[in-house]
Amino acid sequence: MTTPVWVPRKRRGAEFFLTVLAVFIGIAAYASVGLGVEGTIPADTYKLGGALIVVAIATHLVVRRVAPYADPVLLPLVIALNGLGLAMIYRIDLGYQQVNPDWKALANGQLMWTGFGIVAFALVLIVVRDHRRLQTLTYTFGFAAIVLLILPLLPGIGRNIRGARIWIGLGPFSFQPGEAAKICLAIFFAGYLVVKRDALALAGRRVAGIDLPRGRDLGPILAGWLLSMGILIFQRDLGSSLLFFGLFVVLLYIATERPGWLVVGGVLFAAGAYLSYLAFGHVQVRVNAWLDPFSDPDRNYQVINGLFGLAHGGILGQGLGQGSPNLTPFGFSDFIAASLGEELGLTGLMAVLLIYGLIVERGLRIALTCRDAFGKLLAAGLALSIAIQVFVVVGGVTRLIPLTGLTTPFLAQGGSSIVMNWAIIGLLLRISDQTRRPAPEISAFESDEPTQVVKLS
Amino acid sequence: MNKPIRNLGIACLVMFLALLVNINYVQFVEADSLNAKNGNKRVINEEFSRDRGSILVDGKPIAESVKSKDEYKYQRKYPEGGLYAPITGYFSYVFGRSGLENSENRVLSGSDDRLFVNRVVDLLSNKQPKGGSVEVTIDPLAQKTAADGLEALGKGTKGAVAAINPKTGAILAMVSQPSYNPNSLASHDFAKVQKTWQRLTTDDDQPMLNRTTQQTLPPGSTFKLVTAAAALENGVVDDIDDKVKAGARLSFGGGITYTLPNENGGNCGGDRITFEQALNVSCNVAFGALALKVGQKDLAAQAAKFGFGTDPLSGLPMNPSRFTSADTTLEQPQLAQSGIGQYEVAATPLQMAMVAGAIANDGNVMKPYIVDTVRAPNLRVLDKTQPQRHSEAVSPTTARKLREMMVSTVKVGTATSAQIPGIEVGAKTGTAQSTADRPPYAWFVSYAKDGDDEVAVAVLVESSNTARSEIAGGRLAGPIAKSVMEAVLGK
Repeated sequence: MTTPVWVPRKRRGAEFFLTVLAVFIGIAAYASVGLGVEGTIPADTYKLGGALIVVAIATHLVVRRVAPYADPVLLPLVIALNGLGLAMIYRIDLGYQQVNPDWKALANGQLMWTGFGIVAFALVLIVVRDHRRLQTLTYTFGFAAIVLLILPLLPGIGRNIRGARIWIGLGPFSFQPGEAAKICLAIFFAGYLVVKRDALALAGRRVAGIDLPRGRDLGPILAGWLLSMGILIFQRDLGSSLLFFGLFVVLLYIATERPGWLVVGGVLFAAGAYLSYLAFGHVQVRVNAWLDPFSDPDRNYQVINGLFGLAHGGILGQGLGQGSPNLTPFGFSDFIAASLGEELGLTGLMAVLLIYGLIVERGLRIALTCRDAFGKLLAAGLALSIAIQVFVVVGGVTRLIPLTGLTTPFLAQGGSSIVMNWAIIGLLLRISDQTRRPAPEISAFESDEPTQVVKLS
Repeated sequence: MNKPIRNLGIACLVMFLALLVNINYVQFVEADSLNAKNGNKRVINEEFSRDRGSILVDGKPIAESVKSKDEYKYQRKYPEGGLYAPITGYFSYVFGRSGLENSENRVLSGSDDRLFVNRVVDLLSNKQPKGGSVEVTIDPLAQKTAADGLEALGKGTKGAVAAINPKTGAILAMVSQPSYNPNSLASHDFAKVQKTWQRLTTDDDQPMLNRTTQQTLPPGSTFKLVTAAAALENGVVDDIDDKVKAGARLSFGGGITYTLPNENGGNCGGDRITFEQALNVSCNVAFGALALKVGQKDLAAQAAKFGFGTDPLSGLPMNPSRFTSADTTLEQPQLAQSGIGQYEVAATPLQMAMVAGAIANDGNVMKPYIVDTVRAPNLRVLDKTQPQRHSEAVSPTTARKLREMMVSTVKVGTATSAQIPGIEVGAKTGTAQSTADRPPYAWFVSYAKDGDDEVAVAVLVESSNTARSEIAGGRLAGPIAKSVMEAVLGK
């Protein structure tokens, strides 16, 4: 007789069904781009679609094999986004090629990087059989994060693109180490805070009803603040500094369950933001573009055209391939949300945001159900990093908040981003598999067997 | 650690809700105002990709869209070139719209609310939306005749002709010289468009100015019609046979050394002449004296009744004509000068046509209009302009007396150049001084009646190659007015 144990259903069949649906969205989007721009379904739709189906099924099989209990919804959500992004980048390529036949298509590269991303996803699942092992490498990841963040500042390999020094170039390849640093930092923060959480949580003073941490415990948070400010200053990367700082403060709050950290973090962030507003011209430009973009139409051309695109899309959108997303500079990367809003309309953009919302929600659910503190923190951190990225970049494009550079996960053109975000999904699925997997059966029938008589002769 | 994670979940929910609300705001609430912003290329591109409706004169297009092979699908064409430019305006990718292209844009582009059903049908049948058409009130022969008349004065002539139907206010001719070719601004060769624009906007002759409605210049003696109307309406003169002050100069007394002379310094034909004679010979002394008797207030009120100080024209930009600024108190010599259409008095040719038209129409000023009918793409009439009275300028009796005086001016006075045998023609000439260093403006305002057919015409020749001594309203502008009236009346 076995003890009745709640065993989560694997739900791999549901995942398969959703994956097929997600792949279909991507292929349909690709076909409608061809219809919208050139009037015919692209000739390679079947080839490309076939390849996508093969890759998606392979990915699904990997999950089935190495993480059978993993969350069944995350992978299809990501495939849908990735497919939409590819179709949109392809669409903008076509738009540019109509004007300039020499335009170097970005969609092919993105397709290749998507492949690498899926490989990274599979590798994470295969190599990391238990996420708790990552905790033993806490400081290694911390060190790696710092090295990665410093790389772009090194002369020779660091590259300054569009005013931000966040790239390194190796031959024809360029890479954004900050994207990898994001994961390393999340692992480092989670590992560090698991160890220090008691010290951080227990000592403190109560001032005006708020639990303030002890002065010396402020050290790490100040370090986090300084790190993010450093990035802001030296690399002119507002988005990443916001992401890293937010990640650290929120994980600190989760680990210690002390809202005081949020207050301290919030104050430091506000102070840092205000000081950088005073000190840096490029921050003032961004804030002005947010408050009153039409006061300087030349300088705020991109923001204004993003808004024009969104307005042009209206409720139902112009239809894929039938708007003018090419008019917005970088409508394939930073401003891909505006391009989607133009061609898929308010409805389509809301659907995309809901997909992101679901991804974040699944991530947080994994954190909630995870049994170990490290896994909880890591899952929450990874989910939060996606939430912050989406909020910062979509909010920036739609003028909810000032524009800061961050990539739109899975949608925007960019190799490092797509690979690293796939890796994040790999990690989340790994934690989720661990979480939902039934505990190894302590076989009940063993105890039912008669006690063995051991002969002592 | 679950409570903070739950809180984090709520925070993320709030963040996503904020994004959702915000995109609803941008794409739904704010969308219209963003679409209407200047420099929104998406909307311009869309307009350029649509089959825009035509502007028609007598059924023939003066602005139409033809298929184009480049990326904008349609090319705007103006078959008559500059002849109708003051009316159609231009439709330019780079510089926007003007004229009827601008004021009737919603119909022409098909975005008018009255075309909503058409748009839905087009959407459902997957057809490109089409714009409606606008038929204008212009008489093509009158328009052509007026333009030819100005052109005949030689190269470099600046001037304008406005003709209206006095009974309805319908504009029958609207010619401004020099003009420009709107085709050159509608071109899809944007570099060329830029160059043309640069040339047109820096040209001292202001070819893009619609001189019939935007150019206010001293109307000179043609304003004596207004003074005469005020004199009759206010009982200063009772009848056209009454004797009025005349002579060679009008002096003001009270230590003022300035005296108001007649044109060319002559005598009007005696110290006292009849009111009718005074208008026939355009006697400055007589009308200066009458203006003083009527007084500034009543003279200003009479001008206002004729439409001075208002912009009753819909669809095209019009600068209000003015008698004088409201808070000015005129000195006696200034008031006398105002009475003969000098000093601060300034009027557009259309305003002066309205004065003549009101006199022809028993004292009623009709609201001038240019758009006759507005049609949907399927030719269904969406709107037909109904004539509207703008004001009553003078009583029918006064109007009849003024007509008699104007007719007499054509018969025996300064306006003989406008005689059309067998038809009632009344007119008044004007030769307005401006500054000493430039030639005077030649004006001619007139009306003609042939049974029920009526027309009122104002001609302004701002400058031409004519020798200064030859410039006079009757000689330069009169024949043009006559030919336009003949064109309208079919003579």
